[in-house]
Amino acid sequence: MADYQNIFTQVQVRGHTDYGVTEGTNSEPRYNLTTTSHLLGRIGDAQLGPLYLGWSGVASLICGFIAIEIIGLNMWASVGWDPIKFFGQLPWLSLDAPLPEHGLKLFMPLNEGGWWLMAGMFLTASILLWWVRSYRRAVSLGMGTHVSWAFAAAIWLYLVLGLIRPVMMGSWNEAVPFGIFSHLDWTNNLSLVYGNFFYNPFHMLSIAFLYGSALLFAMHGATILAVGRYGGEREIEQITDRGTASERAALFWRWTMGFNASMESIHRWAWWFAILCPITGGIGVLLTGTVVDNWFLWGADNGFARF
Amino acid sequence: MALLNFERKYRIRGGTLVGGDLFDFWIGPFYVGFFGVTALFFAFLGTALIFLGASMEGTWNPWLISIDPPPIEYGLQLAPMADGGIWQLVTICAIGAFGSWALREVEISRKLGMGLHVPIAFGVAVFAYVTLVVIRPFLMGAWGHGFPYGIMSHLDWVSNTGYKYGNFHYNPAHMVAITFFFTTTLALSMHGGLVLSAVNPGRGKTVKTPEHENVFFRDFIGYSVGTLGIHRLGLFLALSAGIWSAICIVISGPLYEGSWIDWWNGWKNLAIWRV
Repeated sequence: MADYQNIFTQVQVRGHTDYGVTEGTNSEPRYNLTTTSHLLGRIGDAQLGPLYLGWSGVASLICGFIAIEIIGLNMWASVGWDPIKFFGQLPWLSLDAPLPEHGLKLFMPLNEGGWWLMAGMFLTASILLWWVRSYRRAVSLGMGTHVSWAFAAAIWLYLVLGLIRPVMMGSWNEAVPFGIFSHLDWTNNLSLVYGNFFYNPFHMLSIAFLYGSALLFAMHGATILAVGRYGGEREIEQITDRGTASERAALFWRWTMGFNASMESIHRWAWWFAILCPITGGIGVLLTGTVVDNWFLWGADNGFARF
Repeated sequence: MALLNFERKYRIRGGTLVGGDLFDFWIGPFYVGFFGVTALFFAFLGTALIFLGASMEGTWNPWLISIDPPPIEYGLQLAPMADGGIWQLVTICAIGAFGSWALREVEISRKLGMGLHVPIAFGVAVFAYVTLVVIRPFLMGAWGHGFPYGIMSHLDWVSNTGYKYGNFHYNPAHMVAITFFFTTTLALSMHGGLVLSAVNPGRGKTVKTPEHENVFFRDFIGYSVGTLGIHRLGLFLALSAGIWSAICIVISGPLYEGSWIDWWNGWKNLAIWRV
């Protein structure tokens, strides 16, 4: 047990900064803003940067900055611009969704939901631009776009919560507020108003994929670290030219549970489990109030509610 | 086809923790070992007890079968079979099976010359389960505080236990646990996606290298944790999710009995602002 267990990097070697492959097309310049961190180097790569912005990155950061400013300044205004109170009450502060009487209107008084709509619009723009950036970087570097489509799955859930379901319900008031406790209250109330979300089968699936993702990452991360002495973390090389690390990793699970993934297929399992969490979650939220009014009674109708 | 084409040279004796080479063999793809036998024993017994409980309860609807813990009145005593005793035996069988499984993983790791990361990670999940059905009920003085073994009944238990403490979303350890769960899923999607995007660049294109992975993430978010680091990070995030889940439930009851909403009054009353 006193063996080295590959949890921390014991010896760090520092060479020149790695500026990366330059074969990319459509690329804008990278900024040589780099540094190294000993602590980061303990668990992973020590190098921070360089920085790539690009037009979509700049636009995304500006939109995101505006959204956070609108939210933060509204919160600050709600405590009379008192900086001490701002921090004292921060967890309770909230920029709420528009009042119910405004329905799906695009123009309304700023303090009755106008600010919320504006913040949401800028936040959405920021996120979509960041998606564009993820897609363009992958294409420019000649890689597949799997990361972008996984990101799109998360954006689907975000859009269901703040745009698609409110539009289907006919009111912005249905959307999530911006605030720490307020968004938790919103989540809690959605479950209470629609008869216990635990009886929503898509919520069940979403949670299963959430826990399943933690399970998969624990299994995968632990397996790769356990075969680290055979170079298991060199996954691309192991995929294209299977070595003893892959063989041992596969046999471990085959002998344990009678089934194993391959070095490539474990990453397909990972990708699907992770993206199905927000996809099924988004379906579950979208059906709530639009198709199903009470998940408990729905469960009773379908024979799985206990009275 | 029980044997993979490279498997024969790995199927060697040794590495067992107990019993020498008594059960040191395979059945189909499965390794047996001493702890495989004990795992099978506990799993069969526990499953049979669940069927017994279901037959006594009178429903075979798989959603509704529930093996309930004893009523609170029994405290930490053994309960009659029909009144929670089955739950107690199933709990013993589950812990026996999970423990056996972990030790069997240790034997397999040793056989394959691997580190012990997987059994240790599994041990964290078992620890979270033990926290729910042994540690917390013990601290609260009654087995009745464990959760029932049933699909819908355990969901009801989670819901009811949450509202018993006001609103569980306000439990700070619950917040941390959920954040770790979400972050784990985010990191998993990014890791899976990145590896797939490097080895599946599209028809006719060359498979990419870890240097491409690094540069993609440095371009994307300014930092690439690296091929080894992502597995350390992923394991840390996943285990933290389990550990903080155990913490958030074990403090509810044994340490704090009020509403988690009110707990935050402490923040409001901090000397620096007292709002």
